[in-house]
Amino acid sequence: MSSNKQAYWKANLRLVAGCLVVWFVVSYLFGILLVDVLNTIQIGGYKLGFWFAQQGSIYVFVGLIFFYASRMNKLDRKHDVHED
Amino acid sequence: MELQTLTFIVVGLTFALYIGIAIWARASTTSEYYVAGKGIHPIANGMATAADWMSAASFISMAGLIAFKGYDASVYLMGWTGGYVLLAMLLAPYLRKYGKFTVPEFIGDRYYSKAARIVAVICLIVASLTYVIGQMKGIGVAFSRFLEVPFEVGLFAGMSIVFVYAVLGGMKGITYTQIAQYCVLIFAYTVPAVFISLQLTGNPIPQLGLGSTMADGSGMYLLDKLDLVLTDLGFAAYTVQKGTTINMFLLTMSLMIGTAGLPHVIIRFFTVPKVKDARVSAGWALVFIAILYTTAPAIGAMARLNLMNTIQTGEIGSAEGNLAYDERPAWFTNWEKTGLLKYEDKNDDGRVQYYNDKNKAFSDKMAADAGWSGNEMVKVDRDIMVLANPEISNLPNWVIALVAAGGIAAALSTAAGLLLAIASSISHDLLKGVFRPDITEKQELTASRVAMAGAILVAGYFGLNPPGFAAQVVALAFGLAASSLFPALMMGVFVKRINRAGAIAGMLSGLGSTLVYIFWYKGWFFFPGTEMMANTPDNWILGISPEAFGAVGALINFVVAWSVSNVTEEPPEHIQHMVEDIRVPGNIGTPSGH
Repeated sequence: MSSNKQAYWKANLRLVAGCLVVWFVVSYLFGILLVDVLNTIQIGGYKLGFWFAQQGSIYVFVGLIFFYASRMNKLDRKHDVHED
Repeated sequence: MELQTLTFIVVGLTFALYIGIAIWARASTTSEYYVAGKGIHPIANGMATAADWMSAASFISMAGLIAFKGYDASVYLMGWTGGYVLLAMLLAPYLRKYGKFTVPEFIGDRYYSKAARIVAVICLIVASLTYVIGQMKGIGVAFSRFLEVPFEVGLFAGMSIVFVYAVLGGMKGITYTQIAQYCVLIFAYTVPAVFISLQLTGNPIPQLGLGSTMADGSGMYLLDKLDLVLTDLGFAAYTVQKGTTINMFLLTMSLMIGTAGLPHVIIRFFTVPKVKDARVSAGWALVFIAILYTTAPAIGAMARLNLMNTIQTGEIGSAEGNLAYDERPAWFTNWEKTGLLKYEDKNDDGRVQYYNDKNKAFSDKMAADAGWSGNEMVKVDRDIMVLANPEISNLPNWVIALVAAGGIAAALSTAAGLLLAIASSISHDLLKGVFRPDITEKQELTASRVAMAGAILVAGYFGLNPPGFAAQVVALAFGLAASSLFPALMMGVFVKRINRAGAIAGMLSGLGSTLVYIFWYKGWFFFPGTEMMANTPDNWILGISPEAFGAVGALINFVVAWSVSNVTEEPPEHIQHMVEDIRVPGNIGTPSGH
């Protein structure tokens, strides 16, 4: 594997790892493990933990994928591995 | 206009639309048939993926599940959406780069093994077929409830429609039809939700309405009100956790991994032109899915509140506080006819008491104070919540007709995607890949059309004669995808060292352990009476339910595949080159080794 491809792959792995940390935090941590703690905070009619479990985590998932896609497009061009 | 006439017109129009699209988008090559010629725009593909993914279960059952489980149903909301994050980052772009037609094909090539490919085909067929049976049943139910035609007639009508556009159009026809079906189903799902949110909270956006105050002048938040209404009648509060944390955690994980590993979802990302389209298309798919999935909690909570308030009309325990059975609304009578709603006047007072009689302290108190002798709503099927919701809220007939068309669209679009996954794995993986590699493209195309027709007939047969395990299939489909397919695919891209022996050992051990765990509590091959232990939380190992075991199976798969690979020889050089090649989108740099 060329060093450029290796650098590209490492950068990709770092990005994926970062995104998956957020993915884990909003669903498993905020929505399940820490739900009782967060439920002591109230946002409008929502308890915060409940909101993350039934609404917030889904919004973050959507944002994460678009963030990942746009960062990968930049990475593709930076390492000159894009398709067009 | 009469409701039934209106429903016939709306459903008929949508069917005409699907057939029109099918004739316009016929497939003439294997590439068009399997992957729509790889020419679908990422946003269009996202919409089609959303329709493919959201089944009769998402449309009809999920909000009902939320209505009765409250916070605990969050596992389905997070589980069935979070999988797309895994799909977008761990699988879709790489499998698109690899550029072939089916999921087993990748597994067979990556692990240079026909055996691995066959194991993948078996997992795919079992998972997809069990899943498709549920869709066929959903179509039959929607027809019989709304059009009042016999179940069989509804099933045949649905089968014929799928037959026309799936056999003719393959993935190309299916994709364009699914886009139309998405529009129908999302419109049908959100319109009643907007009306109900407006009625209850004055806020037209259901996602905000759920967090708003009630419009009844009490100034109370809707969720607080719901908690109060439920606890007053002896039920658990809506927003608090009832199950164990470990089970919620693992069930969410199993559903996420299973979602990412389901072949009919993965092949959708083979249809876009480029690797970067595969990434962003997963994002669009989740946008279109999220519109329904963030609306569902609002429908669930509001439907539950409406149901409780319809029955408990006044103060609890007062003589006039409960709905008089003779004055019950029309929807109550309609659903009683279907047997999905059942009332029994246990204390002969002619009124309906709906409360939690398993809460002993509350039950004893009400028996002494008000002469209540048990919960009289002896059956409230969860599935009626979405279907009855427009009637409960007195919405106009065209909304109810729309909900029928939406439910049918959800079932049809998912069934078509699953049937294509089954047909292509039979014609492309088994026939072309293993048994008859010398057939021409034209013969393969014919073979896959025959396989598709065969799959529709098998699914239809099981829809008519549902095996006893029909209700259990969701656990099985997700368990198989999570424990066998997802780890094999992910390691195929991310861990170069995994070899043939490791992958096969991993898949079989993941699959085996998950199947044994499910069968242990649900009966061997779901035959009643053959279970080794009663399926109750006390008997589960560490409190893990059979549905939640897929994540454990996946872990076993990862560990076994890794260990076996490391004590056996490295994969051949051309395979290592192949893995390096699929990790980058373009072809610039070192030439690939084959």
